[in-house]
Amino acid sequence: MALSFLGGNEAIAWGAIAAGCRFFAGYPITPATSILTKMLELLPPRGGICMQGEDEIASIGYCLGAAMAGLKVMTATSGPGVSLCSEQISFAIGSEIPIVIVDVQRLGPSTGSPTLGADGDINFLRWGNSGGLPVIVLAPTDVADCYLLTVIAFNLAEIYRCPVFLASSKEIGQTRESFNLDGVRLPEMVGRQYCTGEGSFLPFAVPPDRQVPDFLPIGGRTPVRQTSSTHGPDGYITTDTSTIGSIRRRLTEKLTKQISDFSFHQSFILPGASTLIITYGVSARAARDAQLILQDDGHPVSLLILKTLWPVPEVLIRETAGNYQRVVVVEMNMGQYVFEIERVLAGKKVDWYGRMDGSLLTPAQIIEVIHG
Amino acid sequence: MDSLLHGSRPPAFCPGCSYDRIVHALDRTLGRMGLRDDQVALVTDIGCSGLLDVFFTTHAFHGLHGRALTYATGLKMARPDLQVIVIMGDGGMGIGGAHFQSACRRNLDLTLLVLNNFNYGMTGGQCSITSPNAAVTASGFLNRLDQPLDVCRLADAAGAPFVARSSALAADLPELIERAIRFPGFAVLDLPAICTGRYTRKNKLTPAGIDKEIARMPAYNGLIAHNQRREYGEFYRELAAEQRLVQTPLKIHSVQSPPAREKVEVIILGGAGQRIGTAGELLALAGIAGGFLVTQKNSNDINVLRGASVSEVILWPDRIGFTGIERPGVILALGQEGVNRKKDLFARLAPGALVIGAQGVDIPDCNVERRVVDFRQQSIREQDWALAALALLAGWNTVINPAMLKSALEHRFQGAVLSSVMSLIESVIKKQSIVVG
Repeated sequence: MALSFLGGNEAIAWGAIAAGCRFFAGYPITPATSILTKMLELLPPRGGICMQGEDEIASIGYCLGAAMAGLKVMTATSGPGVSLCSEQISFAIGSEIPIVIVDVQRLGPSTGSPTLGADGDINFLRWGNSGGLPVIVLAPTDVADCYLLTVIAFNLAEIYRCPVFLASSKEIGQTRESFNLDGVRLPEMVGRQYCTGEGSFLPFAVPPDRQVPDFLPIGGRTPVRQTSSTHGPDGYITTDTSTIGSIRRRLTEKLTKQISDFSFHQSFILPGASTLIITYGVSARAARDAQLILQDDGHPVSLLILKTLWPVPEVLIRETAGNYQRVVVVEMNMGQYVFEIERVLAGKKVDWYGRMDGSLLTPAQIIEVIHG
Repeated sequence: MDSLLHGSRPPAFCPGCSYDRIVHALDRTLGRMGLRDDQVALVTDIGCSGLLDVFFTTHAFHGLHGRALTYATGLKMARPDLQVIVIMGDGGMGIGGAHFQSACRRNLDLTLLVLNNFNYGMTGGQCSITSPNAAVTASGFLNRLDQPLDVCRLADAAGAPFVARSSALAADLPELIERAIRFPGFAVLDLPAICTGRYTRKNKLTPAGIDKEIARMPAYNGLIAHNQRREYGEFYRELAAEQRLVQTPLKIHSVQSPPAREKVEVIILGGAGQRIGTAGELLALAGIAGGFLVTQKNSNDINVLRGASVSEVILWPDRIGFTGIERPGVILALGQEGVNRKKDLFARLAPGALVIGAQGVDIPDCNVERRVVDFRQQSIREQDWALAALALLAGWNTVINPAMLKSALEHRFQGAVLSSVMSLIESVIKKQSIVVG
């Protein structure tokens, strides 16, 4: 077996190529920069386009333009860059522009620590848009996940016409790891659903029994309107509250009602366990080690690793948590996703362990928490 | 040629607003050029100028304040044949200044119309970057403080190859817009205009006054001789086609047997410039060649050429979960800054661990075997110490062996560099006298 030796950032770039990404734009920022440099190496010789924007706002703006021209697009940044992109992200949500956005998280707040990791942006990615409508957030745990989830992220962006985030971190993006690239089973590549009907094209009209409008590119034979303003199916500003309301409901439900189709996770369920650990990101690796050590010590605990964080995979969490007496949420921040778990598992005992100081949560610390 | 104005969405500006004239001038231009609605994309942003796309039947992309040039850039790169016309106000010029500057430098084949009415009309007449100091605006005295910006001079300084200024009311505006669209590069038109809804309620500005003001300002009529150069998109595609294609990531076959199949954590401590990260990578590649799974993490200070440099490598025959270093089995202590950064690790070394220290590096107390190496005496340059230390490990069959290390070098280097690193490690492997304590 031949192994590749890649960091998470490089694996995301290769995943983007495998997914059919044709346009990338980014602005240098530690620890995400190597995605930009890798995409610059990979895309242009393949006839794709890679640009370095004058800032993160421009980079994502180029992407939105190229996405509306029909290309699969991606940008990559870190927390401070996501902050700058926020207004464009809101645009992509409200105006249904497919885009993959990589957040290689670094320790915040603010400019924080460029070379230290954390999962401090998890709620920010969900809620850092004006209007508060949902997005999809996927969280890799290792380099193989970076590769696979990037392909999945592109597919989801195309299917649901929305921003899809990859919540990586310095600890994944800049950790190189041996892995069998060819052993990763990629899903079939999904393209955008084009409008094939005759007659006048309404850019935000939704066919019966669907939740996502058909697409036509700006620059194609049929003129297409795109707008960040509150619009009706025709892409013109509307003040009609029932039209506005129904589109807001659709933008919400197109994701929340389909979450069971993309509730990616790994579970390690042990018989006799009374405790369930729920975690995500790089901490999942320490949690798995902790689980194995505890099992050897005759103290089985179960483990649920969430790889889809938003929309919250409520059914998965509820069903997995089932009869466990105790749930422990482990996350590399000061307490974020635990509130979703508490909400979903109302009435159950939910403990939390986390830290945000630039060092990884260790298996020993997790074991200590489990032993209480 | 038919008009590309939308039959049922007539322009709806304030009475007397110059933007109405610009709509019709633009429509006449598109008609004169024989362009169909599907051949043109109007990209707009926020403010009164952002209404323009609504009145046309062309492709339209209406986005955030000041960001129109960003969308236009992506669109034009993706669809080089599309006529992309960007419409911004003086407000968008201000908030999107970085994008304007970059678009001028880039010279992508876009046409930018700056609808310049000297204030923020839609929000109530606040001052913009072009408001004269003497103007009365809704921003109180603030307008008297900042120097107004000359869009054309900025465009010229930033590298735009086509810059022109014309009254929005000029009779020959369609001809000027056509020249701008036909120019194969980034073309900027500064179009001073009258805002009847806000600006002229408190300021006297007439069509003749605009002409007078334009005559007083530096003249810009189109081509800027010193900014002529290749169009970005075409140049980009030419250079992109010359780039070397990398088919797949490097793949390393496990071909060697390691000295021992057990987990070991190795940490390499040094300073900037000592190629610590490269050594960590080579150790990892050697590990893969020996059938290990590996992880590697580097940490450096932000100042590239100063400070500590640390590389952490884990080799394990089985899956690697936690990627932190808990109990190092080998420490290569090659620079004081790295050692000082990771002092705590010396207190929790694995049983039987080995510390290799460069002569002159103070090593914290630790209860394991230590070997001091005098690289200088062997005329090994400081940037090669880490590689030489790996060669020592290989020579001692500790963690790696010479075959694994050579395999790593072959994966990482080619040509003259490969020969040079090979001869370095071979000489180190032979000369064990390098160890002095």
